Amino acid sequence: MVLTKKSMEYGFVNVRVSVFLQANFYLIKTIVMSTRYETVFILTPVLSDDQVKEAVTNVKDFLKKNGATVKHQSSWGLKKLAYPIQNKSTGFYQLFEFEADGDFISKFELELKRDERMLRFLTVKMNKNHIEFAEKQRNKAAEASN
Amino acid sequence: MAESEIRYLQPINIEVKKEKYCRFKKAGIKYVDYKDYKFLLKFVNEQGKILPRRVTGTSTKFQKKVATSVKRARHLAILPYVGDMLK
Repeated sequence: MVLTKKSMEYGFVNVRVSVFLQANFYLIKTIVMSTRYETVFILTPVLSDDQVKEAVTNVKDFLKKNGATVKHQSSWGLKKLAYPIQNKSTGFYQLFEFEADGDFISKFELELKRDERMLRFLTVKMNKNHIEFAEKQRNKAAEASN
Repeated sequence: MAESEIRYLQPINIEVKKEKYCRFKKAGIKYVDYKDYKFLLKFVNEQGKILPRRVTGTSTKFQKKVATSVKRARHLAILPYVGDMLK
């Protein structure tokens, strides 16, 4: 009888400790680890250069306002599309690399969806190989320009 | 008997099958970029369909990655969903 009671007590304590640890772990995860994402979007070719810049800065401001840190951005300029989207055969491509929490993404994509200037967008979660690849490519580009 | 009577002027060349290999494993590529149009063209036929593993020799692990990146590229209009004379 006594033994079983004791073991039950221990079990209880163990459960409490594990729950506490788990909670802590999630806290740490949410505070420290924000994920890296990459977004590419296509703007309509109807816009002038200034309007494109404005649209891009809008997106950047939105990212910054919501606590995301922009790691990299690059514009590919006016490119031909492989197939027409909304009867347009060209578009301005823009890439953003940023770190943010996972629940921000749905909000961000909604914002992009509401923007009428966007033809298409794609957000991708970056794994370590992807990050390494992107950084290597950036370094290569920097060397080439120097 | 009949076989021995046939003579060839030149020795017939029997085709030796080339050993296929996974180009990602060989070159040490870990990430398949969906933005690289020219690279993805290697894994797609003239109509823009994804080529099977038995043709390209890619390993299962990387075939999966190639497929996702081709699909991403299609979404962003980097590659067409249906094409003609792509190469």
